[in-house]
Amino acid sequence: MIQAFAFYLFAAVVILSGALTVLSRNPVHSVLWLILAFFNAAGLMVLVGAEFIAMLLVIVYVGAVAVLFLFVVMMLDIDFAELRSGFVRYGFFGLLIALVLAGELIVAGGAWSAGSLELSQRAAPASGDLQNIEAMGALIYSKYLYIFEAAGLVLLVAMIGAIVLTHRERKDVRPQNISDQVKRRPEDAVRNVDQPVGQGVEL
Amino acid sequence: MSIASSLLLTLPEVILSASAIALMLVAAFAGDSATRFVNGAAVAALVAAFFALGGEGVAFDGLYSADAFANFTKPLIYLAAGVSILLSTRFFASEDKLRAEYAVLILLATVGMGMMVSATNLLTLYVGLELQSLAGYVLASFMRKDQRSAEAGLKYFVLGALASGILLYGISLLYGFSGTTDYHGVAMALADGVNMGELFGIVFVLSGLSFKIAAVPFHMWTPDVYEGAPTPVTAYFGSAPKVAAVALLVRVTIEAMGSAVSSWQQILIFTSLASIVLGAVGAIGQSNIKRLLAYSSINNVGFVLVGLAAGTEAGVSATMTYMVIYVLMTLGTFACVLQMRSADGHHVEDIASLAGLSRRQPALAAAIAIFMFSLAGIPPLLGFWAKFVVFDAAVAAGLMPLAVIGIAASTIGAFYYLKIVKIMYFDEPAEAYHPVGSYVESGVIALTALAVSPLGYLAIPMLGAASAVAAKALF
Repeated sequence: MIQAFAFYLFAAVVILSGALTVLSRNPVHSVLWLILAFFNAAGLMVLVGAEFIAMLLVIVYVGAVAVLFLFVVMMLDIDFAELRSGFVRYGFFGLLIALVLAGELIVAGGAWSAGSLELSQRAAPASGDLQNIEAMGALIYSKYLYIFEAAGLVLLVAMIGAIVLTHRERKDVRPQNISDQVKRRPEDAVRNVDQPVGQGVEL
Repeated sequence: MSIASSLLLTLPEVILSASAIALMLVAAFAGDSATRFVNGAAVAALVAAFFALGGEGVAFDGLYSADAFANFTKPLIYLAAGVSILLSTRFFASEDKLRAEYAVLILLATVGMGMMVSATNLLTLYVGLELQSLAGYVLASFMRKDQRSAEAGLKYFVLGALASGILLYGISLLYGFSGTTDYHGVAMALADGVNMGELFGIVFVLSGLSFKIAAVPFHMWTPDVYEGAPTPVTAYFGSAPKVAAVALLVRVTIEAMGSAVSSWQQILIFTSLASIVLGAVGAIGQSNIKRLLAYSSINNVGFVLVGLAAGTEAGVSATMTYMVIYVLMTLGTFACVLQMRSADGHHVEDIASLAGLSRRQPALAAAIAIFMFSLAGIPPLLGFWAKFVVFDAAVAAGLMPLAVIGIAASTIGAFYYLKIVKIMYFDEPAEAYHPVGSYVESGVIALTALAVSPLGYLAIPMLGAASAVAAKALF
């Protein structure tokens, strides 16, 4: 019972916040709605017993959204002072959303402890009592180790590529060269001059 | 099977990745002044990987297979990668863009190509392909200050990512409907009838792979990327990744989809004919030699697919023979293209600048003529044998119409190859070129020209036997 209730709650909020992501005029609001949509999608994943994907959604997507947020802030001309004004007007609304989120967390926890949804057509059955994060870890680090390592190489290539394509030697900055500094001897730098009185020093 | 014995079977890839990482460190600490050393060491690593080949068996629970097919294809890939590294030094030095990362990226791409060739699981296939492609995108825009190179890299990246998406979608369909990503598992699922979902999976996988081998109708990126990329990189694109992608396609179609030949045969017949015709017709109007060679590569892929479309052991063996000869011709041709430099040392790509080359540099002109005649498939040269074996296989498999149309279209292709020969031998001499670059480059030209000359026929019994053994491993 609680699972069905939780499902409809999460699904409704996902759809609602997804629509509001598209419909918001303010890009910052769009991003906030998107975060809400991700959280609720994660809730749906918990319901079908895919805790790993739920965590990925929260960690990767919400984390990525933070970066996206940064881009929005950097690229668009948004007056944050104006956004922050009207605390009293929006305070109630903010509190309401916070309450909804808190309620959802409680529902999700309850539904999860009551066991996951029984899906009629499950593509790959979960194996017994193994948590799916453990099951996945056991597969990735044993059976699929080869591909996992190769994926590491793909990331290495991406990193090398990014550096090759963007790194440039700048001529107008003078970086510190430690070995030159250490190699420098007093006779290279110091000159004893018998300086006659009344004349300028020639450097 | 223990991890240790699996690692032993993948030793070539282990050697290549370890040396790529080590050379990356050298490049990071010594800077671009170490480029020549890094290039030399990278070629040495490829040679070492070649000697590490030879093991046979299945590694990592069926993700990777070292067999006669892989052992036949990998030396060819290593050869092409090594030559692309050797050809790069003088080119980038003269453009003042000598950078150590070039060889490192090629090594990492070679690891990816090794994975592609040995993949017996759709996941290995995908990761290997991405490793190779990602390095390719970077290499295409390696001369990032050059607008054409940057454009080539961007186009290749955007279209390549799209093709990878299509391929991945096909893989997910095959996985969803057969319940496994293992080639043999997929083949078993396809054996009891191909349903709609599996058919869509096959079509999407073949579309994605057609992009990677530049077959019509997924060829649009080829002329722009070949033209824009630095010439050594174009030589690399035309050889090593093409071998790897064709080998991958052969293995997927035979091992994973071999039980449903009729569902992919007509797709391959269409792409093959379309590639032959479009490659031949498209090249006619080109005035840039690299663009022309891009169309020529599309044309050649069409002939390669003729062999594969037969779907028989003889067809696969013919396909692999064709790839060996094609790689030799491609490397030689691009080594010649690298010699096209105006008097002040800048590289030119205009076909018109070849005019009267026979009177200015007779040896170079003779080499180009050999490659062009060979690419056109004119009898005394080795290129003829390549075309002969694929058409022979197609006829033996009952694909007579395909062979007839293919042969007819190859005469269209002969037109533009012969046009280059005519420009070199009968036109009024154009401005003289800069003298030939280096011993390495003249060596590459001389060796490949000798290999595709009639002398190459001496190697045919050996080549035929080796490719037959390689093909046998798949059936």
